[in-house]
Amino acid sequence: MAAPKSRIEDLANREYKYGFVTAIDEDAIPRGISEDIVRTISAKKNEPEWMTEWRVKAYQRWLTMVEPTWQNVTYPPIDYQNIIYYSAPKPKKQLASLDEVDPEILKTFEKLGISLGEQKRLSNVAVDAVFDSVSVATTFKAKLAEAGVIFCSFSEAVQNHPDLIRKYLGSVVPYSDNFFATLNSAVFSDGSFCYVPKGVRCPMELSTYFRINAADTGQFERTLIVAEEGSYVSYLEGCTAPMRDTNQLHAAVVELVAMDNAQIKYSTVQNWYPGDKDGKGGIYNFVTKRGKCAGRKSKISWTQVETGSAITWKYPGVILQGDDSVGEFYSVALTNNYQQADTGTKMIHLGKNTRSTIISKGISAGHGQNTYRGLVKISKNATGARNYSQCDSLLMGDRCGAHTFPYIEVKNPTAQLEHEASTSKIGEDQLFYCRQRGLSNEDAVSLIVNGFCKEVFRELPMEFAVEAQKLLTVSLEGAVG
Amino acid sequence: MLEIKNLHVSVDGHAILKGINLSVKAGEVHAVMGPNGSGKSTLAQVIAGRETFEVTKGEVIFQGKNLLEMSPEQRAGEGLFLAFQYPVELPGIANMYFLRAALNAIRTYRGEDEIDAIDFLALCKEKVKIVEMDERLMKRSVNEGFSGGEKKRNEILQMSILNPKLAVLDETDSGLDIDALRVVAGGINALRSPDRAMVVITHYQRLLEYVVPDRVHVLSEGRIVRSGGKDLALELEEKGYAWIGEGAATAAPAGAGG
Repeated sequence: MAAPKSRIEDLANREYKYGFVTAIDEDAIPRGISEDIVRTISAKKNEPEWMTEWRVKAYQRWLTMVEPTWQNVTYPPIDYQNIIYYSAPKPKKQLASLDEVDPEILKTFEKLGISLGEQKRLSNVAVDAVFDSVSVATTFKAKLAEAGVIFCSFSEAVQNHPDLIRKYLGSVVPYSDNFFATLNSAVFSDGSFCYVPKGVRCPMELSTYFRINAADTGQFERTLIVAEEGSYVSYLEGCTAPMRDTNQLHAAVVELVAMDNAQIKYSTVQNWYPGDKDGKGGIYNFVTKRGKCAGRKSKISWTQVETGSAITWKYPGVILQGDDSVGEFYSVALTNNYQQADTGTKMIHLGKNTRSTIISKGISAGHGQNTYRGLVKISKNATGARNYSQCDSLLMGDRCGAHTFPYIEVKNPTAQLEHEASTSKIGEDQLFYCRQRGLSNEDAVSLIVNGFCKEVFRELPMEFAVEAQKLLTVSLEGAVG
Repeated sequence: MLEIKNLHVSVDGHAILKGINLSVKAGEVHAVMGPNGSGKSTLAQVIAGRETFEVTKGEVIFQGKNLLEMSPEQRAGEGLFLAFQYPVELPGIANMYFLRAALNAIRTYRGEDEIDAIDFLALCKEKVKIVEMDERLMKRSVNEGFSGGEKKRNEILQMSILNPKLAVLDETDSGLDIDALRVVAGGINALRSPDRAMVVITHYQRLLEYVVPDRVHVLSEGRIVRSGGKDLALELEEKGYAWIGEGAATAAPAGAGG
């Protein structure tokens, strides 16, 4: 069986498909962080004073904070003075239309399979493309505006919708929230903003595509989504980065706010460069994502498929403030080679009859380390709260690890919580069974893994579900040989 | 159809099969019997291409091709089917989906077009009746939560849909009650045909009352120690495997079957 095995190894060693670098001029500021740098970023973005002061306040707070070490991942100390905090493609001027976007950048997104030309668009998906520190293009603005939906880069929102930004920025993730969120609050460069007015069902999927291009650059973007009473929006997020043998930091913040009867569905397919097969390079993906079900019967769903990054460290959570509100978290996290992931969710039940569901699927292969860490907190007033948690781990090979840390805090006796966990291995006997029935080794692995992830994939929008399945298959090639 | 010549197999340097000779022609059903640990299941797994076993000597020729050079999936494509003694559970993969993926993989291997969903559904409905299987099991995950009998019926269902040239059934009768045994045997008999061969591995004579073999071979300590017609199974049932042990010591080297 030597022949097929070595072919699979070739596939495993195949290069990361999105690892190319785009040759364009970048407008970057000097390395390092200081109050001056924070002010420089703010000035470059021509921000109003309140925004500058908010950043400075965050920077001052950050100076007093210590980088956390409780997570189950290991990495060498990050030198925060060796990061470039702002890098933008030149020339940076106000773009009147897509035709004015640097053709090199358009080509980059074409290569990534993201067409920014509306005529060649993905069916019914509006895209905001973020290249290094800035948003380079947002498609379908006009069509969305007809429905009253605001979808634009964060920078534009600060200029054009300052009242909304002032009202909601930091309302879910305060500037002082945690080390990385606070750093982001000081130096964030761009991101996406979405506002869905009362009673509007957003007519298309919204999507932000993040691309890190420049070397030694951190990406610090913010996403803010506000869904007014009775509205609905589905939002997709995709990410890639070039292959580099140094690590790059990605510390984003995402805030979601759902009012009465509003619903936000947030899906992520994260494919940052994971480092090479020896664990060299890759993105540190340290992200704070949180949603607030502010209104009654509101609902926020997080669905994530995490296949990239050297280290993934994030806990998309939901604050269930409104009575009868619903929080959901569906996650597939895959670690291959030397990747590490410490991910999970926080469900904070404050309102009455609030419900949350957690489905987490961790897949470890190679030397990958995969940790689920989740908090379910039922506060004193959350009468009738319910949670269902299910954490399943799949191991491939005998050098990887799976860990589960569920935290539960219950202060109300009427709460009902269920927790199920399982750990399994892709058995040699399962593979043999599939192959005896005619399936190739790769198809068998893909079939078994997709079967394992089925409950999560069915939560993804159709096009993304297909992508996610493919991505998982590619990421696992050679994991079982 | 199948020619096994002087097959030696070991695991971790420990010899399990010590010179098996077996010849099975199209249309024939051969039974391989023997006590626990005699190497019956090893023989089945080696034919199907399990990599945990090391073939140290000998050859296995299937329809003129060297089977030992092929991967398990190539063997399946060539028309080999193994009904597992312990069918594996595949969580999250619908039985119907799995079976169609398998059938299409085999069809693709043979250069045939894939079967479409509608034709497949019709094929499935027809075959499900033969093994008297609850149709709802087609929508459930492969073998997950199936009873022992349901798993074995599922194996026979897969066999009838994949339509192999050579089927090796590894203790398909174990763990079945008498009704399930009758149904499973009926499924096997329905597949007997002049251009298909079967090797039925079993511990007991019971299954052979329903599936009457053309030849019976007795395996002991990695060798075929006796071969004969269907009456050999009855004799064995009556006298026990100990009788073979005695006989083997004095018998001339066992002849190849059929």
